[in-house]
Amino acid sequence: MSETTTGAGAPAREPVRAPARDSARDDASPGVPPAAHPVRLTVNGEAHDLAVDPRATLLDTLRERLRLTGAKKGCEHGSCGACTVLVDGRRVVSCLALAVACDGREVTTIEGLAAGGRLHPLQQAFLDADAFQCGYCTPGQIMSGVGLMAEGRARDDASLRDELSGNLCRCGAYPNILAALRRTTGIEPAPDATRGDDRLRAAAGVDEIARDARDGAGQGGA
Amino acid sequence: MQPFAYRKIHDVAAAIAQGAGEPNTVFLAGGTDLVQLLQDGIARPAGIVDISDLPFSSIATTIDGMRIGALAKLADVADHPQVRAHYPALATALGETASPMVRNMATTGGNLLQRTRCLYFRDGVSSCNKREPGSGCGALRGEDARAALFGASEACVATHASDLAVALLALDAEVLVAGPAGERSIPVERLHTLPGDTPWIDSDLEPGELISAIFVPRGAAGWAQAYAKLRHRASFEWPLVSAAVSLAVVDGMIEDARVALGGVAHKPWRAEDVETLLIGRELDPVLAREAGEAATEGARPLAGNAAKIPLLARVVSRALADAGGLP
Amino acid sequence: MTPATTFVGSPVSRVDGPAKVTGAAVYAADFDIPHLAHASIVQARVPAGRIAAIDTRAAEAAPGVLAVMTHETTRRLPWHPRDPRPGVDPKAGERLHVLQDDVVRYDGQPVALVVAQSEEQARAAADLVRVDYAPTAARTRFDVAYARAPSEATAKAGRPGDTSRGDPEGAFAQAPVRVDVPFVQPREQHAAIEPHATIAAWDEDGRLTLWDKSQWVDNVRTEIAHVFGLAEDRIRVISPFVGGAFGSGLRTWPHVTLAALAAERVGRPVRLALTRRQLFTNTGFRPHTESRVRLGAFPDGRLTAILHEATGQTSTYEEYAETTLTPARQLYACPNVATRYRLLDMNVNTPSPMRGPGAATGELFLETAMDELAHALGMNPLELRRANLAKTDPDSGKPWSSNALAACWDQAAARFGWADRPRTDEARRAGRERIGSGMASAFYPAHRAKARARVTLYANGGAMIQAATSDMGPGTYTALSQVAADALGLPLEQVRVEIGDSALPPAPAHGGSITMATLGNAVANACAALRETLGADGEGDLTPALRRSGRDSAAAEGASSPGKEAQEYESAAFGAVFAEVRVDPELGTVRVARLVGGYDVGRVVNPKLARSQCIGGMVQGIGMALSEEAVFDRHCGRVMNANLSDYLVPVCADVGALEAFFVESDDRVFNPLGVKGLAEIALCGVAAAIVNAVYDATGLRMREVPVTPERIVTAQAARGR
Repeated sequence: MSETTTGAGAPAREPVRAPARDSARDDASPGVPPAAHPVRLTVNGEAHDLAVDPRATLLDTLRERLRLTGAKKGCEHGSCGACTVLVDGRRVVSCLALAVACDGREVTTIEGLAAGGRLHPLQQAFLDADAFQCGYCTPGQIMSGVGLMAEGRARDDASLRDELSGNLCRCGAYPNILAALRRTTGIEPAPDATRGDDRLRAAAGVDEIARDARDGAGQGGA
Repeated sequence: MQPFAYRKIHDVAAAIAQGAGEPNTVFLAGGTDLVQLLQDGIARPAGIVDISDLPFSSIATTIDGMRIGALAKLADVADHPQVRAHYPALATALGETASPMVRNMATTGGNLLQRTRCLYFRDGVSSCNKREPGSGCGALRGEDARAALFGASEACVATHASDLAVALLALDAEVLVAGPAGERSIPVERLHTLPGDTPWIDSDLEPGELISAIFVPRGAAGWAQAYAKLRHRASFEWPLVSAAVSLAVVDGMIEDARVALGGVAHKPWRAEDVETLLIGRELDPVLAREAGEAATEGARPLAGNAAKIPLLARVVSRALADAGGLP
Repeated sequence: MTPATTFVGSPVSRVDGPAKVTGAAVYAADFDIPHLAHASIVQARVPAGRIAAIDTRAAEAAPGVLAVMTHETTRRLPWHPRDPRPGVDPKAGERLHVLQDDVVRYDGQPVALVVAQSEEQARAAADLVRVDYAPTAARTRFDVAYARAPSEATAKAGRPGDTSRGDPEGAFAQAPVRVDVPFVQPREQHAAIEPHATIAAWDEDGRLTLWDKSQWVDNVRTEIAHVFGLAEDRIRVISPFVGGAFGSGLRTWPHVTLAALAAERVGRPVRLALTRRQLFTNTGFRPHTESRVRLGAFPDGRLTAILHEATGQTSTYEEYAETTLTPARQLYACPNVATRYRLLDMNVNTPSPMRGPGAATGELFLETAMDELAHALGMNPLELRRANLAKTDPDSGKPWSSNALAACWDQAAARFGWADRPRTDEARRAGRERIGSGMASAFYPAHRAKARARVTLYANGGAMIQAATSDMGPGTYTALSQVAADALGLPLEQVRVEIGDSALPPAPAHGGSITMATLGNAVANACAALRETLGADGEGDLTPALRRSGRDSAAAEGASSPGKEAQEYESAAFGAVFAEVRVDPELGTVRVARLVGGYDVGRVVNPKLARSQCIGGMVQGIGMALSEEAVFDRHCGRVMNANLSDYLVPVCADVGALEAFFVESDDRVFNPLGVKGLAEIALCGVAAAIVNAVYDATGLRMREVPVTPERIVTAQAARGR
């Protein structure tokens, strides 16, 4: 079964979206004080000229001004990673970046990842590996994963664990997130020195999910 | 966050002039600490001078060492082949700092000047002489397990949380500073101050002064080094205690040593007594343990942080073991 | 009629997955509501006292400010009592009437609200509100000397102060082998990554719409109706996606009232998003609980006495109590059992259910004590459990509707390799680390509640399922789709599920692991009702029957509620958790190398998602065991680490190999779908297994979580290392 096709039924399986606004808000945001600064942000390939309150973070600017609400607010202190986006190709926590200081930068958010409606391989791997539950940290996790690959940091299994540790997942999907990253990067589960016996390798394996699923299906359908 | 005037400056002299000339003006580099302080109302600047475009981001090997720009990102320094090859304690400390995203944003200069993680300072409302002079020190009788063991005062028991500063201290590094009175260099050991009765002062920098670069001398490059950091999570946490060691070992004998401790004082703490103890001896597990115990000499615990004393001893032993290739 | 099960039991991927991986899923703060204003809370800075003066002039003069609301300027709301109280509310005391009086009940309580054009402006102005307090004496230290018995109302709700069966004290005194184990579990926070946020909008007819983060939209509607004195049909609550909640979204917290008040005041929609720091004191938490377990056993391991006492904290204004001692009464066969539950009123905000409420705490206490007993007996901890299997519910004497705990023990032990675990010092050595193995049982009572669901079938073969339930992450969207697809004989992708809206058929709280046992059956019944309406047979695609009827669509509702099985049987989910840890005895660090959990949760609707839920519970259990603790300053009465840098939830690097599986189980006695529920059970037993493994590795009995390096070295020093 494909995850992305729309069903043939009457109610199309469209993601629930916020009601669309009919006009761009670039200069319509209320309450921007006179000291607003002009900035140009190129977001997902599209240039936006905005006047921003110098206090506005990049995160709030993406969310409130450009209505790109994929990047999430979790802590506003760089402690959770839910707001992770790429700036000039590198991962940042957009809650700790002032928008005014990002003038001229290129920003990629989760909304810019799927090219022409086709999911990025890591997005597909997240679906396949069930690398999330509530989905709130997911855009940040995926951007972190995409960023770590772009930064050349997908070296081995241990480095993946560490490189993913800036993105909290309270639902605890870490093993599945790792599995999605392994699948996308081709990194094998670690014969990791600190936890390295065969049982561990087997338990950490990518195939584990599929095997569990098969086992479970067998008994669940009984 | 209260309103502030924001200006991006592309010229060093102009930045210094703004920093020195206009009251309550702060510099913004990577922003990873300053934006937190702004969000919590701890920093309330009238003006922010964005220095992120100043030409301070190069990392270069020189004849006598390495010059690391103050605006170099932590991730870039940690990844630099020369850093990895010659200053492994530095690479380890940076690699264990914060998260990958923060390492992509934060600068070396900003990391050195980050403010304490003391819970009573950071919550923005509790008694804290550092944040609000005269309000008292909530941590003195309080719950912060991170409180200082050395060099604290009745006014302040905060610790400095930088991993980088600890490694740099063990490598005998200096910071190069540009300011209204010209350029000067400050040994990392003297960059940060003790709280005394002026806990709101963190560093030796004068208004308008900017760190332009960090200089790590060549001498340390050939030494055996390690950085050991203890924290509750396996990743993404400030140090509870940490230790950086750098040892000149000749024919198995320690000829010279630098030992720096993290998370135990208002500044990266140099353990000179431990260095003296090590010099002239052969590193083995017994000496490593002895040195660890020596590192806790003079520690003055509070109610909530006494367990840091044995942990400090052991993290020093561990750093020495790592540097010396001991089991 | 039992429909063919094509999808139920299949590991299909999440139907809402594409929305979640593309950033299209809309959470409470994401809704784009025109003319939105923003609110920011001012919090009290003393734990008890009165507001002596409040100066809002600077805030009112700040740019963009629309209103500053205090107890002096906020209209009095009726705050009608709830009768009966919703199951998620404390049974005694009164909810916080926010901005209605000058009394400060805890540090962090909202004392003013600023509304402004932008969030930056609202926060900046909130920062300018000056509040002077007249402090009064506060209880900010956990001291069991001041604990009291729970009220009658609380006792009646399954949280009795004192219970006894047999002769517990006598049996304990005569028991050949005894242990007496104190334990402390600190305050823990839900710490979902999505902060609570509410958007409130009144229309010109005085109808209120709330876009809220909630596990129970119907209860938000009912509560706000009572608070404002409105008819329930004047209020609609919308919450399609919930970014994790783990219990924090069960109650309707004061900020929802504040958002509605603010929107009323400024005459336009208002968003109130709590900051991370505010979440610690404006939603709930798992209460600090201190315990003493005494166990007596015969040399063969049979328990002869269980005496469990626990004291939990609550607030000064509400009596929140937990079922901490239920496991002591129900998990093992034992003739002589006494429990004593006490509460300590403190100047804190009211605690609330957090994943596995009561049981996760109680089993941490009970299962670490069982490990101590096993060692006192010189017995394999697994054998000790086997010797005490409760074949019927030991508390009520009723039969279990199903109980596969023995299979959980056996199969999890086999998968873990328990028989081959390292048992000598030499085998436990791994470089600088020591390997330790531990295990624990897990138990969580299963319930179900009343719900309705609506199904609409369209002639083109699509179907819509609607109910006012929620999906905070376990997969309600997916699982209900699976049930409906089977019942209607449709491909899964032709079923759409709409939930999280109080305008839909009523549903109970999405909590307590009841959602599938409740809603799953309601959906199945709705589909069966539709089939009957259309005069169709028991199986297969229902669309042809609809087309034959000549209609474009047809709808039916179905209900589900507990039957007489609830009186005749006890129902519960069971599990067994095995942990392998690596302890660095020098540095005192503990890493969880692997966990294996085997669970009896009834029928598993979706094994792929169920596994995710279980490993998620394991990750939270790792946090409970090793890192999570809200640091509360007993001098100033404040949560000091109210942020995600210092309140430490596990990160990826903390998590080793996790394996969760489900034993053969299908509880059609409990409900027709055969499910028992698995959200809570997934946390139960995990921390105990880890703490027990730490003992195995180090010989140190850690009797307080989290087990930190500081506590390890302190324990080493106490032992003389």
